[in-house]
Amino acid sequence: MTFIKDFVDVLSGSSISFLLLTSLFSFLIFFNLLDGRLRSKGGSVFIGFGLLFLISGIFIRPLLYLAIAYLVLMFLLANLGPRVWETRTGLIILVAGGGAFGLSMLDPQFYLIAAKPDNVPIVAMIFLLGFFTWVALRKAYLNDRQLLAGGIPWEKTESDEKLFTCPDLVYTEMLCMIVLTIVMIVWSMALRAPLEEAANPTSSPNPAKAPWYFLGLQEMLVYFDPWLAGVLLPTLIIVGLMAIPYIDTNPRGNGYYSFRERKWELGIFLYGFLVLWSFLIITGTFLRGPNWNFFGPYEYWDPNKLVPLVNIDLSELIWVKALGVALPKIWLIREMFGILFCLAYLGLPPLLAVGPFRRFYQKMGPPRYYVGTFLFLIMMALPIKMVLRWLFNLKYIVHIQEIFFNV
Amino acid sequence: MSRLKQLQQGAVNSQIWKSVFRVGIPNTNRKRVLAVLGSLILHLHPVKVRRSGVRMSYTWCMGGTSFFLFLVETVTGLLLMFYYRPTIEYAFTDIMDLREQAPFGIMREMHRWGAHAMVIAVWLHMFRVFMTGSYKPPREFNWNVGVILLVLTLLLSFTGYLLPWDQLAIWAITVGSNMARASPGAGTEGPMSGLIKLGDIRLIHAGDDARFALLGAKTVGPSTLLRFYVLHCVAIPLGAGFLMAIHFWRVRKDGGISGPL
Repeated sequence: MTFIKDFVDVLSGSSISFLLLTSLFSFLIFFNLLDGRLRSKGGSVFIGFGLLFLISGIFIRPLLYLAIAYLVLMFLLANLGPRVWETRTGLIILVAGGGAFGLSMLDPQFYLIAAKPDNVPIVAMIFLLGFFTWVALRKAYLNDRQLLAGGIPWEKTESDEKLFTCPDLVYTEMLCMIVLTIVMIVWSMALRAPLEEAANPTSSPNPAKAPWYFLGLQEMLVYFDPWLAGVLLPTLIIVGLMAIPYIDTNPRGNGYYSFRERKWELGIFLYGFLVLWSFLIITGTFLRGPNWNFFGPYEYWDPNKLVPLVNIDLSELIWVKALGVALPKIWLIREMFGILFCLAYLGLPPLLAVGPFRRFYQKMGPPRYYVGTFLFLIMMALPIKMVLRWLFNLKYIVHIQEIFFNV
Repeated sequence: MSRLKQLQQGAVNSQIWKSVFRVGIPNTNRKRVLAVLGSLILHLHPVKVRRSGVRMSYTWCMGGTSFFLFLVETVTGLLLMFYYRPTIEYAFTDIMDLREQAPFGIMREMHRWGAHAMVIAVWLHMFRVFMTGSYKPPREFNWNVGVILLVLTLLLSFTGYLLPWDQLAIWAITVGSNMARASPGAGTEGPMSGLIKLGDIRLIHAGDDARFALLGAKTVGPSTLLRFYVLHCVAIPLGAGFLMAIHFWRVRKDGGISGPL
């Protein structure tokens, strides 16, 4: 038991292991949805990744734990194959997840955080997200099977048949309302809404957290300055969401669940929604303690936890560490490399258009392609910065304190 | 049993019943159509719907759940307004009173848990709409309305978070609103803001930047409470209500609950 707790704590000890694990796991799921087998070209890439982790794990303990967790998940999923999408397997996963959660509640530290009244909805959200992701992918998988065999999605078999709104829809709605009312009343009677002592502007709590649905943004503050994490990126999330129907011109997969017909759209959206948005909220809620330090789920939230501050700017890394000279006085020269790096990153779309993304460029046309890849690159900037931070302690790529422009 | 039937018949045939429900018990197809057409609330629906669109496994009932939770929030919020005064002298003590003294004292609980549930329900609704590709033509515009409604839901929840005026509230809002300080060109600490100058005088400072506009002061204080109260109880619900009307109307106009073409 202590070993497992230690395992989980170390694994979540840096969010990068969780980020990598969730990303790799989602790739595995997609592999599974495409009927992939481990004994294939794609499969050997997955196995290669695991071995790479295992080897680097000899030197870095979290990576070793990551490798073990990843290999276990990989072989489990490979063994289950298409059976993952059967109702029985889904139930087993649900019961196992609930059981693991129930057992964890016996741990006083875990209980303290998970049973905090305001965190209860987030615990519920984790299970709901898991459940509905599984439901959606299961239906997509079943439809894909039908379509591959030359059939039609099951929604199509029923969509031509029309029912009277009254009673069929009205009664469903009424039942939903009754069930929801009961849930709300029971929930409200069982759990009191949190109320702390009266507001006191002179004493700030540690950690001071935003409302839970913004904790993903607060977690982004670790990697980006407020003007990016708090203003620009949220704006671009909204813009990006609104742009989806205009960028995605794929006419298939409209009005039914399917994966094969829209694997790129689904891949990008699920990565953004589940990994970058929901996972960061869960991190910010359950794994960030005093001073916004990282804590494992079973770890004591020690306000005096010592975390070495060794983050370093790219300019310092290049000028001082690599070239061995002092930082130039003029910021344009000092931050030259960082600025070039950012420009090169944002200048990728035209290069990708003639390279690996040529297919998209031809299919989408220039305006859609440029807006789409720009938004995609902005989204991917977060995991890239996370990896750079956790693996290389990189603080800023561009650090121009003179005009508050830090990236 | 026959007594019951008689009673039912009597009730349905009475003048009172007939004046309210024109159609009677919808036991024929004609009456089923009329029941939907003749009712303000039910006529949000089309008369007939696709069988695939009625299935809970397809829609997860999350759009309806979001709307229902909005109604729960409206009703419980209205009741809370009877007890609550948005000033720093009274806000916290009113909430304490509500908790300890008010009979039926679960309205605040229901309001708060309903708010959390609504945020989750709206996310899951968006998730379902994406997974079924229902944002594709002809529903692009309605997806956009939905995204704005999602933002308004978060803002409703955010503005409501301050109102209990406890430690949890002001520090969450302080953390959240500190972001506005960094708005490019509009916040004191935002990039480019320092360049907006009149001679030597900076035009963007702590007393007039984006954060000041949000809080009505340099720190979270009485004017913030009033601002958030008005936004929470009047401005955002009105906006959300208006957009919901458009959202539902467009669902109808764009062909009802989505289904394969």
